[in-house]
Amino acid sequence: MSKRTFRIWRGDKDGGKFVDYQEEVSEGMVVLDMIHRIQASQAEDLACRWNCKAGKCGSCSMEINGKPRLACMTRMNVFGPDETITIQPLKTFPIIRDLVTDVSWNYKQNKRIPKFKPKPKNADGTHRMYQEDVDRVQEFRKCIECFLCQDVCHVIRDRDRKNEFVGPRFMIRLASLEMHPLDDDDRIPEIKKEFGSGHCNITRCCTEVCPEHIGITDNGIIPLKERVVDRYYDPIVWVGRLLTGKKVRTKTRAEEAGEKPNDE
Amino acid sequence: MLDVSELQTIEHDVLVIGAGGAGLRAAIACSANGMNTGVVSKSLLGKAHTVMAEGGMAAAMGNVDARDNWKVHFRDTMRGGKFLNVWRMAELHAKQAPDRVRELEEWGAVFDRTKEGLISQRNFGGHRYPRLAHVGDRTGLELIRSLQDHGIHQGIHFHMECTALGLLKDGERIAGAVCYWRETGRFVLFRAPAVILATGGAGKAWRVTSNSWEYTGDGLTMAYHAGAELMDVEFTQFHPTGMVWPPSVRGTLVTEGVRGDGGILKNKDGKRFMFEYIPPKFAAETADTVEEANRWLEGDKKARRPPELLTRDEVARAITAEVKAGRGSPHGGVFLDIASRRPPEFIKKKLPSMYHQFKELAEVDITKEPMEVGPTLHYFMGGIRVDADTQMTRVPGLFACGEAGAGLHGANRLGGNSLSDLIVFGKLAGDGAAEYVRKLSTRPAPVKDQIEQIVRGATAPLNRESGENPYVLQDQLQDMMGRCVGIVRTEAELKEAIDGLDKLNARAKNVKAHGASQYNPGWHAAIDIGNLLLASEIVTRAALMRQESRGAHTRLDYPGERDEWLKYNVVIRKSASGEMEVEKVERPAAPPNLYAMAHATIEDLEAGKVGAEEGK
Ligand SMILES: Cc1cc2nc3c(=O)[nH]c(=O)nc-3n(C[C@H](O)[C@H](O)[C@H](O)COP(=O)(O)OP(=O)(O)OC[C@H]3O[C@@H](n4cnc5c(N)ncnc54)[C@H](O)[C@@H]3O)c2cc1C
Ligand code: SF4
Ligand code: SF4
Ligand code: FES
Repeated sequence: MSKRTFRIWRGDKDGGKFVDYQEEVSEGMVVLDMIHRIQASQAEDLACRWNCKAGKCGSCSMEINGKPRLACMTRMNVFGPDETITIQPLKTFPIIRDLVTDVSWNYKQNKRIPKFKPKPKNADGTHRMYQEDVDRVQEFRKCIECFLCQDVCHVIRDRDRKNEFVGPRFMIRLASLEMHPLDDDDRIPEIKKEFGSGHCNITRCCTEVCPEHIGITDNGIIPLKERVVDRYYDPIVWVGRLLTGKKVRTKTRAEEAGEKPNDE
Repeated sequence: MLDVSELQTIEHDVLVIGAGGAGLRAAIACSANGMNTGVVSKSLLGKAHTVMAEGGMAAAMGNVDARDNWKVHFRDTMRGGKFLNVWRMAELHAKQAPDRVRELEEWGAVFDRTKEGLISQRNFGGHRYPRLAHVGDRTGLELIRSLQDHGIHQGIHFHMECTALGLLKDGERIAGAVCYWRETGRFVLFRAPAVILATGGAGKAWRVTSNSWEYTGDGLTMAYHAGAELMDVEFTQFHPTGMVWPPSVRGTLVTEGVRGDGGILKNKDGKRFMFEYIPPKFAAETADTVEEANRWLEGDKKARRPPELLTRDEVARAITAEVKAGRGSPHGGVFLDIASRRPPEFIKKKLPSMYHQFKELAEVDITKEPMEVGPTLHYFMGGIRVDADTQMTRVPGLFACGEAGAGLHGANRLGGNSLSDLIVFGKLAGDGAAEYVRKLSTRPAPVKDQIEQIVRGATAPLNRESGENPYVLQDQLQDMMGRCVGIVRTEAELKEAIDGLDKLNARAKNVKAHGASQYNPGWHAAIDIGNLLLASEIVTRAALMRQESRGAHTRLDYPGERDEWLKYNVVIRKSASGEMEVEKVERPAAPPNLYAMAHATIEDLEAGKVGAEEGK
């Protein structure tokens, strides 16, 4: 086929610049192939993450012509014939080197989420769940942790609210627990006060970039917000609960334990 | 140079190397046993091979077909493995897999469901009944995420993007490992009286492979250097269906779930060819007409299984034969057709990631057109030799599990038996390591010389003035292994490979990495190449030794299975003088009860004429 120009960001946390590389493109190639070609022939130390090369592991996230994407799922034939392809690391996370960023913040958020707590088993030792009941959480569990949604969420990206909002990836992780037919825990106060559901203003940028086509906002975040509203603000629900005498948690575990809200 | 006393040092009771399904399950078991447990992995958490597994995990729960039970699973596994499996491992696996799967559900995994609300199970090659617990075609993701999300609350210490370079010993016993942090390029010493290797295989030695950059045989070679034995490594599985087009995705896996859910194989003339390749051993249990195969698909329990669901070695060889005979598809594979068999909605629901993968990578809509597929190197049946119940190698304190271990699969692995292998033997390895550590009266201390030697070896490519490009070497190795140690083998080709490896080894001593040590893939490749070459030599020498064709190992110069070879495993170890010793090791006799079950007809087994005393 033809030689193309790739403008790749090279550098580390102390700074860097775009460097141009020319490389021959062959039929059917994706951007990740081109990075590998450039590594093998011109820039052996060009840092980049990848594992599966099939959109299944979420390692190869980067920004390609300004859009957060998976390099292994971005075909070369989506670009114009003379277009220069600009490749840079995710903007929202600190740079380690070249195309590799430090995504450890995400792993810390995951650890904060109270774990799955199953209901007791049936007498026959099974858990019965029906496909129609699990469809909803299975959608969220398709997440490959590419963190592209975290990268574009303006709450995290522009306003640097990393302390106040866990971000779309972990909102759907919370949704997958809260909507899990077997889960017996309640995380609503935490979702409001610690994980910051109120910060999301439903711009749907996260949903747009999700390579797994998960309905992050409509299917995950909005229903969670509704649960929060029901719990804290809905008078009818309140009265109903008063009448039935059902206890509802409005304090987080930390508050119940007399700790100050988590604002590390 | 290096001052060992200044090296960052981390201490654990058990160090698990590898964070795939096996490593994570092992770590959970260790910490449940009260061990201070650390896990290192080359990649980020949740990105190991396990995440890519598609089809499902095999466990005889009998949720879809009540006739299934551990004995049938055991029999299928032994027959699939051509009776070379370690009997005890096949038994433990078949018995324990259902509990391990149910435990995943307790930890939050959400499997597809049957109408009765139980875990659904799908058909796969070599399994007599629908047996694979699955989640669409992303079962591996569900498995790894469930273990990961459970594991992070168990007090396990995860060290991501941390590569193990070599194991340390104090006398005979394991004392820890030296690793390096990818992010900084700095070295770190892990002190641990027990190490569990869960590093997977070495598929990256081949060009056409479903494996990622991580599969460079690190665990196999570290174990070899530490004095452990390797077994069954000649059995490298070629999965029959990898993508063949476009070139950039050649080798990427197409799940066996496609065939399990009704997909059929056709040659360029549109002929469904698998009926011509039914081996006598499986004839009694395989449909011999299209009509019967179709009835099976429609759920007729009396019909026999279609030949597309023969074991992987049989299907891969059949495809190779069709292509060789000039009846292949335009890009050198054959056609896999599910479009004409199932409605688009069914395909999208059952095989969403295959639909996605072909659409995005090959611009093929699999609900409308057939896929082009061909064999791809996929799995190492062989690996580190372990004790079946504890997973300990012959080196005290060194354990192995998952794809890095050997024994369960014999000469050929059934699809779905790997994911269940990870959770069954991952747990046993964790329990075994904890038990070993509990019994220790003194803790081993790492030896300074060994640490220095490992660090020196790793930094050499950076310090050299000039030298070979590691990517070029890897490329040439892949070329040669594909050509000489492929799906069919001959003595001449294998010898050519040994010569070729000698030459590549000489060049690898002079490999050069450019740039600094911080997150440098070129340096990583320079380190990996040594392991890849050694792993390749181990496979090649074992293949040369085994003079018969069995399972995934096909010798054109020794066609057919030979009964005398059924008595031996090929075992490889490093001799005292550092040479590679390749030996035929006699297999222990089969326990009579298990022997009878594996060799019984399915009717006798199910009627209870054989194996009744074993319970359900
Ligand atoms: C595309 C694909 C589809 C598959 N589908 C199925 C299926 O449907 N059913 C099934 O049963 N099996 C399937 N398999 C096989 C199965 O997925 C693998 O055999 C299994 O996941 C291996 O698990 P593991 O835990 O042994 O190793 P892995 O999951 O591969 O993990 C290996 C770990 O070791 C780490 N590691 C390696 N070397 C080092 C080192 N030097 N230092 C530190 N860490 C290291 C890696 O970083 C990684 O964390 C499939 C495999 C592939 C590739
Ligand atoms: S919809 Fe909410 S979570 Fe998604 S990008 Fe917008 S603010 Fe962030
Ligand atoms: S939700 Fe989608 S975009 Fe976000 S991490 Fe998961 S897969 Fe990526
Ligand atoms: S390499 Fe796995 S998603 Fe791109």
